[in-house]
Amino acid sequence: MAEDPTVEVPRTGKAPVLAPGHTFATVTDKISAIVLSRRTTLGWVMGFGVGLLLTMVLLGAVSYLLVKGVGIWGINMPIAWGFAIVNFVWWIGIGHAGTLISAILLLLNQPWRNSINRFAEAMTLFAVMCAGMFPLLHLGRPWLAYWLFPYPNTMQVWPQFRSPLVWDVFAVSTYFTVSLLFWFVGLIPDLGTLRDRAHTRFARGAYGFLAMGWRGSARHWKNYESAYLLLAGLATPLVVSVHTVVSFDFAISVVPGWHTTIFPPYFVAGAIYSGFAMVLVIAIPIRKFYSLGDMITMRHLENSAKIMLVTGLIVAYGYLVEGFMAWYRSDEFDFFMLKNRMLGPYAPLYWLLIFCNIVAPQVLWSRRVRQSVGALFTVSIIVLIGMWLERFIIVVTSLHRDYLTSSWGMYYPTKWDWFTYVGTIGFFVMAMYLFVRFLPMISIFEMRTLLPEAEVEAEAK
Amino acid sequence: MKRAPVFGLLAEFDSPTDLLLAARKAYAEGYRRLDAYSPFPIEEVSEAIGHHHSRVPLVVLVGGLLGGIGGFLMQYWISAVNYPINVGGRPLNSWPAFIVVTFEMTILGAALFAVFGMLALNRLPMPYHPVFNVERFAFASKDRFFLCILAADPRFDRTLTEQFLQSLGPKQVSEVPH
Amino acid sequence: MTEHESAKPGCKEKAAKLFSIARSGAKLDLAAIREKLSKATGPTYWRSLEELAEEPGFDEVMHREFPRLASEWPEGCSRRDFLRLAGASLALAGLAGCTKQPLEPIVPYVVQPERIVLGRPLYFATAFPVSGIARPIIVKSMEGRPIKVEGNPQHGASLGAADAHSQASVLGLYDPDRSQTISYNGSVRPWEMLQATIRAALAQQQASGGAGLRFLTETVTSPTLASQIAAVLKQFPNAKWHQYEPVNRDNVKTGAQIAFGQVVDTIYHLDKADVILSLEADFFSPAGLPGFARYARDFTSRRKMQPGVAMNRLYVVETAPSLTGAKADHRLPEISRTSIAHFIAAQLGVSWERASDGSVARASDFLQASEQPTFWPAVLEDLKQHRGASLVAVGDQQDAEVHALAHAINQALGNVGQTVTYVDPVEANPVDQTASLKDLVTDIDAGKVQVLAIIGGNPAYNAPVDIGFADKLSKAGLTIHLGMYDDETSALCQWHVPEAHPLETWSDARAYDGTISIIQPLIAPLFHGRSAHEFMAAFSQQPEQSSYDIVRGYWRSQFKGKPEDFETTWRKWLHDGFVADSGSKPRAVTVHPLKLPKPERGGHGTEIVFRPDPSVYDGRWANNGWLQELPKPLTKLTWDNAVLVSPGLAQDLRLATGNVVEIESRGHKLRGPVLVAPGHAVNSITLGMGYGRTRGGSNGSKRGYDAFQVRTSDAPWSASGVKITRVGKDYQLARTQNHQIIANETAIGETIKRAPVREATLAEFIANPRFAQEMKEEPARDETLYPPYEYKEYKWGMSIDLNSCVGCNACLVACQAENNIPVVGKDQVRRERHMNWIRLDAYNEGDLANPRTIFQPVPCMQCENAPCELVCPVGATVHSSEGLNDMVYNRCVGTRYCSNNCPYKVRRFNFLLFSDWDTPSLKLLHNPDVTVRSRGVMEKCTYCIQRITRARIDSEKEQRKIRDQEVQTACQQACPAEAIVFGDLNDKNSKVARLQAGPRNYGLLAELNTRPRTTYLAAVRNPNPELEKKG
Repeated sequence: MAEDPTVEVPRTGKAPVLAPGHTFATVTDKISAIVLSRRTTLGWVMGFGVGLLLTMVLLGAVSYLLVKGVGIWGINMPIAWGFAIVNFVWWIGIGHAGTLISAILLLLNQPWRNSINRFAEAMTLFAVMCAGMFPLLHLGRPWLAYWLFPYPNTMQVWPQFRSPLVWDVFAVSTYFTVSLLFWFVGLIPDLGTLRDRAHTRFARGAYGFLAMGWRGSARHWKNYESAYLLLAGLATPLVVSVHTVVSFDFAISVVPGWHTTIFPPYFVAGAIYSGFAMVLVIAIPIRKFYSLGDMITMRHLENSAKIMLVTGLIVAYGYLVEGFMAWYRSDEFDFFMLKNRMLGPYAPLYWLLIFCNIVAPQVLWSRRVRQSVGALFTVSIIVLIGMWLERFIIVVTSLHRDYLTSSWGMYYPTKWDWFTYVGTIGFFVMAMYLFVRFLPMISIFEMRTLLPEAEVEAEAK
Repeated sequence: MKRAPVFGLLAEFDSPTDLLLAARKAYAEGYRRLDAYSPFPIEEVSEAIGHHHSRVPLVVLVGGLLGGIGGFLMQYWISAVNYPINVGGRPLNSWPAFIVVTFEMTILGAALFAVFGMLALNRLPMPYHPVFNVERFAFASKDRFFLCILAADPRFDRTLTEQFLQSLGPKQVSEVPH
Repeated sequence: MTEHESAKPGCKEKAAKLFSIARSGAKLDLAAIREKLSKATGPTYWRSLEELAEEPGFDEVMHREFPRLASEWPEGCSRRDFLRLAGASLALAGLAGCTKQPLEPIVPYVVQPERIVLGRPLYFATAFPVSGIARPIIVKSMEGRPIKVEGNPQHGASLGAADAHSQASVLGLYDPDRSQTISYNGSVRPWEMLQATIRAALAQQQASGGAGLRFLTETVTSPTLASQIAAVLKQFPNAKWHQYEPVNRDNVKTGAQIAFGQVVDTIYHLDKADVILSLEADFFSPAGLPGFARYARDFTSRRKMQPGVAMNRLYVVETAPSLTGAKADHRLPEISRTSIAHFIAAQLGVSWERASDGSVARASDFLQASEQPTFWPAVLEDLKQHRGASLVAVGDQQDAEVHALAHAINQALGNVGQTVTYVDPVEANPVDQTASLKDLVTDIDAGKVQVLAIIGGNPAYNAPVDIGFADKLSKAGLTIHLGMYDDETSALCQWHVPEAHPLETWSDARAYDGTISIIQPLIAPLFHGRSAHEFMAAFSQQPEQSSYDIVRGYWRSQFKGKPEDFETTWRKWLHDGFVADSGSKPRAVTVHPLKLPKPERGGHGTEIVFRPDPSVYDGRWANNGWLQELPKPLTKLTWDNAVLVSPGLAQDLRLATGNVVEIESRGHKLRGPVLVAPGHAVNSITLGMGYGRTRGGSNGSKRGYDAFQVRTSDAPWSASGVKITRVGKDYQLARTQNHQIIANETAIGETIKRAPVREATLAEFIANPRFAQEMKEEPARDETLYPPYEYKEYKWGMSIDLNSCVGCNACLVACQAENNIPVVGKDQVRRERHMNWIRLDAYNEGDLANPRTIFQPVPCMQCENAPCELVCPVGATVHSSEGLNDMVYNRCVGTRYCSNNCPYKVRRFNFLLFSDWDTPSLKLLHNPDVTVRSRGVMEKCTYCIQRITRARIDSEKEQRKIRDQEVQTACQQACPAEAIVFGDLNDKNSKVARLQAGPRNYGLLAELNTRPRTTYLAAVRNPNPELEKKG
């Protein structure tokens, strides 16, 4: 992938967060133009088309599922959870990067986040949507999913709050709500900008409606800032808690290979790991096709790569501890589970996972790789595959040979498993396309603050 | 009280610094009912026009507490009072298991209060506001900075205030009709 | 249109279409028929198509319409489906009424029938005849619908146990594939027309004294039927009665002939035997020796490790692994023609000579233990040391001469009268059945047969291939077949008459010990079948006699007492389910000098042996879903039969499970999938009967291979010199227990480490009775932060004795019938989604060439700290106040987390809609006390909570507590070995409480602190120290 000319990468020192030569006006125009004046390109239509097509596949698979039942999937006894849960955990994990970037980096006062947080958050929302589908669909009787919510009813029956699945319901729905609010709050000022820039009456109306009469009043900014900061503060523990809860789905059980204390930290790390991989997979094409190289600079890509490297190492540590514990506890079930992962029928997948998640990403140590867009893209894809495999290994290999040798079994996904999985990817792509087309994919007002002239001059202080 | 013929006067500046200085002068001049508009948050300006503390944090605290306490009580009531039943030999009030949901409810309550509290404090959504009547105000969301002295201000005087504003060296001063 | 509601979807519209066409197209339309039905009362209410066929035009309607529509039949809706649909629905128009009591007075077991209380079952004692042998049963009837078969506790042949076959018979009763109309060359005919035909034929036979008249039956023990046939034969002196069925006891009879010069039945008394040598005698399997249930009870009574009861020792020499072999203390896999009998006989001074060459006592050849230097002498020693308390039992499939030698050995050991007794043959007319069938075919060939009545059986399918019965059948003049199914034989006969199911008709039969049971109907014939008696009546003077009159008439004539007492006696017989002390008379017989027949010169090389299938037997139950899906005890194979090959031979021939092989024996060929069976004799392969049916119904057809294609009359049970060649591509077998644990080394290793089944030798047990509890550490009860729940009133628990369990599968079927467990079909079994609530795990230990097998029935453990409950988000599985792990079907949303978190994997999930909600006749089968589960819900063993509840209601009415053993779970009730005991753990004197207090008691995976309520009693083996030493 050729470098964008507007970005000069100095031999030494970091690339800037925002390429020089920008003013309030240029920043505003450049970003809002993508939404308002830029013509809908053939590329966009095709990309969107692919997404739409796969979404149709998803709808088909789901309809058939509802007609026949979960029996159309490969699940069985003993492997009662299959692709559905694997995909659920995978998607949820991917979502995490968005919140991390927008919330945690905001708290850590990392200005470079400003140009990537918007679409990272969008990515979070869509990923969580995809994730949310699976727990619903994998139910034997999906139409009764609402029974997991505590609502008063004549039977006086309630959810069972000791079950991690109920925790999940609360965690994931809270996570989605908060992410949505956070994202929308961040959008309000930019919606104002779009409202004021819109050419057509309809656009002005639509954006105006969403902007809710935002006018950038100093008093508003004050409340706005503190609310935004507090939201970030809330989202931070939330994002950590969500994948922790997801990991409880496994850790709370008695299944060897699930019942481990290392799960929460290593799930969270894994989530961020895959999340940043996804951010890169999205950011790289976007900055290319919308020539945003000056706003999403090598600095962003490099930092993301570094975070991947770190979280990747944490994940590796997780595997290590798992193995160590299995040996140290000298619990025959755990030990066999480990042996079975490494040498059993699913061993090839296990070693592929080790390669994807541990071996391959080590190339990120090299600065040259971190600055080669192509390499980053490839590594990210590999990591995404690796993280999916990790969840597959955790779910399937733990279940397929648990306590009683008499009830050991094997799991083979059916075509319907694949349709559903690929379908959600399609939905995700489609949603992202719509987003970049109709909303500012980079936070305009936060970009403005990155400009030097945004600083109030010294003598004024 | 009789309604002033105009909403106020709007002075336009092209740098955050000018706006800040202008705002300070206006405040020093004794104007209190005034507002500043900028395309991005400027800490000092809101200070300058006398808006010191936001009440959002308090609102959020309340939300969090409501969510958390409500969350735990709900679980306790459901599991131990309303429908007590032996689940896997665990005690009815398995409080350690209730912590997760309690936590999530806390966050949810706080977040909802934060957003809707902020909107409420900002009187948003507000479909109509006079400043939008000024043509140039559209740039407030791009690269222009505005200071507005409201007619409701006791010291407001159509001519004197305009002269005062002109003295701040704005790009231009315009009247904000209702 | 009621009949359409009952149609199965797919057929529905078609049926509707047809009916409407019929309406438009014919003089007589269905509306008229329904009208006729609605007006009809009494007997006619139950008539089905053929009755209506009397109406002029009906036939026309039926038959003119088919060809025209033939092209339009949808998938899975054959012409038979339509007939079935029409027949069933018309019949069921009345069934819905749920008052299908037969017309004649039948006598209830407990409650008077006139006191029918809706929702309360009635119990009737009757019997289920298999190969003529009565299996005494008690049938549970709900509102006139027989829904469950249980054992008859008072009958010596059952003692309360019910086997898989007779329990599955209720499903057979409601099987929609049963034939429902009398047909002549495929077209519907009324009964009267057949009678007329028969009368005409008999008139012709009159002159020749019935020279052209032949009857072909299966084994007959029914005194009534025998007397009926005798009567007809009296009238037609030249007529002949032939008997044939594939699983016959010819060798037993011949063996007795050789030994005693007369046919006697041998009865074993395993409770009296200290040392038992079984030569292929599978006395635990329902497909094995008659009397298996009693034998299992007697055998295991010596294995309960109770003080004062010495443990017995079992040696088994066999070809194919069997249940008995699995229980053996020492098992020797050998080709079927083993010489151990000769060796032992010779050693005990028995001498014999070969009929062929007059040369004297070949016994001397056997004075040295040539073949098994260690095993043979050890067994011999052991037998010698237990004279009078030892036993040599021989399986039906063993050569006649082995039977003869065994008789001699038992006599030499002084076992006769102790562990073995001889009685009059149970069969009404014991003949060599293979020979009998041969004669018949010869006569047919010679054109001597003008009238052939085939009463039951399916010879066209299961006759020895070399006789060519099927091909010759057409040569017989008038051929009439009475059978439950429109099967291979009826296809070749001109007339087919639907046979009444044993639960539908009056009859009688003898149990293995000769005890007579009167078979009473639980329900009027669903599809208007005729019983063998009614059918025979058609050949007699009073052709219209009902089974009831015939059977009752016969017994009245046999009644010795005062005529006025007959009624009371008769009622007592029906009430008890058997005729008191009607058992066969013992016969004092002594062994003649043995003249052994010429040894069959089979040649050498690999040997092929034939065995009846443990589930579908000789194929008669091929259409029974319960039996088809019942995992065969050792191979865990369902829905198919396979060629059993020993690991050794498989290695030599480079065969693996699933490979398809062609087998050539004596010029006949078949193709079937290989299944590597640990413990199989190396140089032989086993073929299972009962599969490869061509007209076996929707479940039975086109499954597996047809072993009868290579079974010849001269070598019915084993043939040497068979050729095996691998062909074609692999075949998918559906097994419930993945072969891992049966053949995979890692799994076997893990199994030993995890010790789900725990076993010790007798010596070890005596040294340390609590060995099982010490194998794993169970956390102490008080090791918890939580206040434990108290179960104040009842505290249900179960104990399963691994030492007693013989792996006969009775509990699986009992559970299936009691709890409305659906059948899922081969494909779903292959996807590991079978639904049986009890898993019968079979664990192999030791060398694959001859492993020790232990069976472990695994129902829900009803853990007190149930891991499944903790993780259910909607509280669909929670604990009851009595400690049951309740499953709330209608609250379940189907997350399946409970199953993941169940260490025992005893939960079953309705991945699809498995229960049959459509087939009308099957609706009658359901147990009304148990929910029929729908798609997407989890289910599992409930400790038969419906039975507990019923008992609780009764006890509360009488203001008392539930008595011990008042509640029996279905599995416990069916178990022939009393391996399963259920009861209240709070009652310290209850059977279960005492067993769980015993030393052998241990909890499966109790180390996980699940606190299972179901616990196991460890197994104890009693090996011969001699052999142990030599290893």
